Amino acid sequence: MIELQHLTVGYGDKAVLSDISQTLKAGQMVCLLGANGVGKSTILRTLAGFLPPLSGKVLINGRDLPSLSISERSKAVSVVLTERVEVPYMKVTDLVGMGRSPYTGFFGTLDKEDKDIVGEAIEMVGITALAERTIDTLSDGERQKALLAKALAQQTPIILLDEPTAFLDFHAKVSILRLMLRLVHETNKTIFLSTHDVEMAIQLSDALWIVQDGKIQAGTTESLTKSGTLQRFLQAEGISYDEEERTISIIT
Amino acid sequence: MAMVLLSVANVLWGSLDIPVRDVWSILCGEEVEGHPAWSIIVLQGRVPQMLTALLTGTALGTCGLLLQTAFRNPLAGPSILGIDSGANLGVAIVLLLLGGTASIGSLTLSGHFLVVVAAMVGALSIMALLMVLSRLLRSQVMLLITGVIISYVTGSIIQLLNYSATEQGVFSFVIWGMGNFASVGIERLPVFCTLSCLGLFLALLLIKPLDALLLGDRYAENLGIKIGRVRQMLLLVTGLLTATTTAFCGPISFIGLAVPHLARLSLGTSYHRVLMPATMLIGANLALICNLLSTLPRDGSIIPISVITPLIGAPVILHVILRVKN
Repeated sequence: MIELQHLTVGYGDKAVLSDISQTLKAGQMVCLLGANGVGKSTILRTLAGFLPPLSGKVLINGRDLPSLSISERSKAVSVVLTERVEVPYMKVTDLVGMGRSPYTGFFGTLDKEDKDIVGEAIEMVGITALAERTIDTLSDGERQKALLAKALAQQTPIILLDEPTAFLDFHAKVSILRLMLRLVHETNKTIFLSTHDVEMAIQLSDALWIVQDGKIQAGTTESLTKSGTLQRFLQAEGISYDEEERTISIIT
Repeated sequence: MAMVLLSVANVLWGSLDIPVRDVWSILCGEEVEGHPAWSIIVLQGRVPQMLTALLTGTALGTCGLLLQTAFRNPLAGPSILGIDSGANLGVAIVLLLLGGTASIGSLTLSGHFLVVVAAMVGALSIMALLMVLSRLLRSQVMLLITGVIISYVTGSIIQLLNYSATEQGVFSFVIWGMGNFASVGIERLPVFCTLSCLGLFLALLLIKPLDALLLGDRYAENLGIKIGRVRQMLLLVTGLLTATTTAFCGPISFIGLAVPHLARLSLGTSYHRVLMPATMLIGANLALICNLLSTLPRDGSIIPISVITPLIGAPVILHVILRVKN
């Protein structure tokens, strides 16, 4: 569980979003929605510990994030980032095996237990058949699944993903979102991801965080519809939102 | 295995023909009748030269591997990024400006130590500059161009120093610049061995963080790696290795760039716990081969090392560029 208490995030002395007080529960997939530049990545970077909070607190299972050592943090939060991972000759098993780094010894050699965990993680995301392929031969969707498996192998209660569905084709988007939803329910982890695939997010996620006008509104699709937040977020010329069907259509 | 054979070959063959059986008896501590000079050639010439080549190849290959991972750039290497030209500049300042007429051969140990320190300062400054720039320049090509610019700038300063230096200073600097595994000699071998082995040992300590760095800084940090400290160590180790080899043997290009690729190609892996030992071995072997080739004329003269290494390195680089393009 992550608790944000009066959290202000930003770079240097420039605050991007102020006074956020929200909670991310275990066993939920939460989608972070918002236009480009509103601070979605800034929140994710702060929760991952890449950026220090400007003020307020981030509590991970009751412990203040900045007080955790790098090693403790690596066992609490894992990430899937937007930057492309390109390593010559690296196989899927190798990439997923990197997720074991926080637990391995001086030279990073994997023991039997580590290898079992890696195998399990690969199986959970359903790419066992690709395990021995090098990552440069994978499609974008397969690569995202491999990175998700890396995060699973890291065995953290929290997984953060920055726009994991960007660059994916339609089928791959649906496939990875459904996969993550199934995973959080099976493993009781917290998955928090930013995305621009609004319709899929409102149909599939357990909860939504909507960033708009410097504020974050959180809740389920239902509660955010009831309060009118979703409608305000989607309100634009040519877009209509069907509250019953949770679908977005374009007015022609 | 290949390294043992090549090491033996390096001792057996030289620019001067000495029968194999006589080399063996010299190594066993006997003196060959009628040829007292042969003992000196073998024991104080060929053996230290073989060890120097072996360590230099190991050091430069390792250095190239560290740089390629640190900058996530397959074309990084001590010579391309201008790190050895930083070391060159350090050496030039000592030899041409401070040393005046002193030639490398006549330098005392402390004098030679000064050359190493100067090379080290030069190499470290360039490395630090590159590390800062690499944060600003996301593009791989821009970083390489920066390296080329650094080489030009240091080159022009060296030219200036050359212009105002004495004839003797210029001569010794030019000879040094051709690269030579023989320049270490028996008396400086302990210092050279200590410094390069220290650098290689420190490099081995970086194996796990280097693996994580393959995924990028952020992923590595998220995997529990202390990025800041690892970067400082990388700076120190690459600086030490480049400076040591450059100060003692002159600028030797392309080995650092080519060897890690030969290791990757032959083993098909990017994992440092396999790749680093392989790079060290291949680097050592390649340098020993270069050293053998340099004695090819068989008339007592030797070909400068810096003539041979580009001939081996250039095809490897072309191969890598073509692969990156695809």
